[in-house]
Amino acid sequence: MDFLVSLKSPVSGLGRQVISFIGDLGRIFLFFFEGFVHIFKLPLQISKFKQQIYFIGMKSVFVICLTGAFTGMVLGLQGYYALLRVGSTGALGGAVALPLIREMGPVLTAIMVIARGGSAMAAEIGIMRISEQIDALETMDINPIRFLISPRIAAALVCFPLLTALFDVVGIFGGYLTGSVMLGVNPSLYFSRVESSIHMSDVTEGFIKSIVFAAVVVTICCFQGYYTHMRAEFGAKGVSLSTTRAVVISCVVILIVDYVLTSILL
Amino acid sequence: MIAQAMIELKNAVKRFGANAVLNGVNLRIYKGEITSLIGKSGVGKSVLLKHIIGLFEPDSGELLYQGKDVRAMKRDEKRALKRKFSYMFQESALFDFLTVFENIALPLQERTSLGEAEIHRRVHDKMHQLDLYKIDDNYPSQLSGGMKKRVALARALVTDPEIVLFDEPTTGLDPVRKSAVLSMISDYQKRFGFTGVIVSHEIPDIFFISQRVAMIDSGRIVFEGTPEEIQKAANPVVQNFIKGLESPHDDLTGVASQSLGHKRLQQEMSRLQRHQISFSIILLSVDNLEDVDRIAGHVASQTVLKNFANHVKQNLYITDTCFRYDMNKILVILPDTNADQARMFCEKLSRNLETSALFEAPGTQAELCYSVSAGIAQAEKDSRLESLLEDAKSRQNIFYECSI
Repeated sequence: MDFLVSLKSPVSGLGRQVISFIGDLGRIFLFFFEGFVHIFKLPLQISKFKQQIYFIGMKSVFVICLTGAFTGMVLGLQGYYALLRVGSTGALGGAVALPLIREMGPVLTAIMVIARGGSAMAAEIGIMRISEQIDALETMDINPIRFLISPRIAAALVCFPLLTALFDVVGIFGGYLTGSVMLGVNPSLYFSRVESSIHMSDVTEGFIKSIVFAAVVVTICCFQGYYTHMRAEFGAKGVSLSTTRAVVISCVVILIVDYVLTSILL
Repeated sequence: MIAQAMIELKNAVKRFGANAVLNGVNLRIYKGEITSLIGKSGVGKSVLLKHIIGLFEPDSGELLYQGKDVRAMKRDEKRALKRKFSYMFQESALFDFLTVFENIALPLQERTSLGEAEIHRRVHDKMHQLDLYKIDDNYPSQLSGGMKKRVALARALVTDPEIVLFDEPTTGLDPVRKSAVLSMISDYQKRFGFTGVIVSHEIPDIFFISQRVAMIDSGRIVFEGTPEEIQKAANPVVQNFIKGLESPHDDLTGVASQSLGHKRLQQEMSRLQRHQISFSIILLSVDNLEDVDRIAGHVASQTVLKNFANHVKQNLYITDTCFRYDMNKILVILPDTNADQARMFCEKLSRNLETSALFEAPGTQAELCYSVSAGIAQAEKDSRLESLLEDAKSRQNIFYECSI
């Protein structure tokens, strides 16, 4: 009998895990769905939307420029020496721009925004939860998801593609700095190669990715903060756990979703 | 016939893990009354309050609103019901990303279609009544604990709700502000007739303003009744709790507490019966405290009451006693005194009373009148305590009046 029980427990444990995982997935999806629908419900929450645009978008500009520049510079360096071996350093423009626009732009932008804005969102909403501010909204008959989450989703959907575009442009100039200014690739050749190697479909792919990432990042980060009170840990510990989980889970999910999207869109 | 309760909890059970916080709670809350919920810390008073507003749902049992099961209500009905409520949280739960003004204005902005000017007017109205000046643009983290409480109170009352639930509205306030908050709750309740539920430890102050008291212990309601009934309740749990919390002095005025005063009255009664030593009582009531509230604010009116009580105290002989009889009443007991001597005492009191001593309260610019009336009654050998008090109440004459 004991033997049977011990045999059963890992199996049932695994089953429980799977069921709770699927349950969470469903809850996250509904969470996003409710937040998304409320973006369009009247009256529109314009001022909150603007605040979030400022917070998610405007305040990330510097960090995005910095990471974009260095990513482009590294791509320029690496690309140059790789192309040197096959004797076609003239193709550097394409070698920098293509991976930037299709992969690195959306992914690195998402990861930088997670680090800057996502962790803050999880902490902010988590603190609101433990200090009963979300309960206070409910007692006032104000839908907390509409009030707190919808403006963030809307702002992220607008900001992510714009930040990605900024990242791409700065990155291409970064590649120009190392490739042409430092290593002597003909500048006009560099930029004409950038232009000729990029098709509209590449840009579209990058934008689709960034929009999907926006939804994923905001939903996961807000969700972690919003359900801080459901954790075994309470108070400040709960909030710190929410923040950590928000960052780790959204980074991992971004990379997984990136692979899935690439294989579909390619 | 028993009147139908506005809100009724029937056999509500709520467990957190293995811990049953509510274990079969039956509670009735009547329309237009203030019900106070008392009990030791951690017995589930806040949890009970959260059940009433629907932040928690009972594991079993029912919540009825005007006889109708809330769970069976349709979504629209539930929302309409929720809009009648307002809740003041124990830890204030102010939005830390909004300023004080935005915090108080939020329910109006989100739930009503009022214009900006009207919202501005209503918010400032409430802020002034609660003695909150020049902090519109401050954030909650810049405020003291007492101020946060008052901002939270303003936010709860700004929508003129039908039912207000207060979770320890006065904890952490100084005596004047504590009394001001309680008198404000009571005043608003009289003016707008909302139904209130207050979780509080302020005994006996809370009894002055509530019509019903319910005590919760070990997950059940162990007492439900009027404030007079609870003070006479035989249940040892109830008695221990009340006696344990009651201080010998009234917090605001510094005069003796109600229970001490009543004890003294009984002693005098028995002295009279045994030794034929008669005594008199004077019931001093500040008649227009509510007007002062409205014109000068609750803090000013409570300060006036405090100063007045101080003045009375200073004029007493050592054998005399005075105690706080009600929200606006002070009862003076003068042993070995007849009615004429009591009248003389009153005259002396009013002669010595200087207006400036009463109105040291800041911020009272408006013109107002302040009047105190005194009812004098002399105890006879065969008189009973109740009739004596009734006598004093019925014979009230204005003995002091001033206006500034």
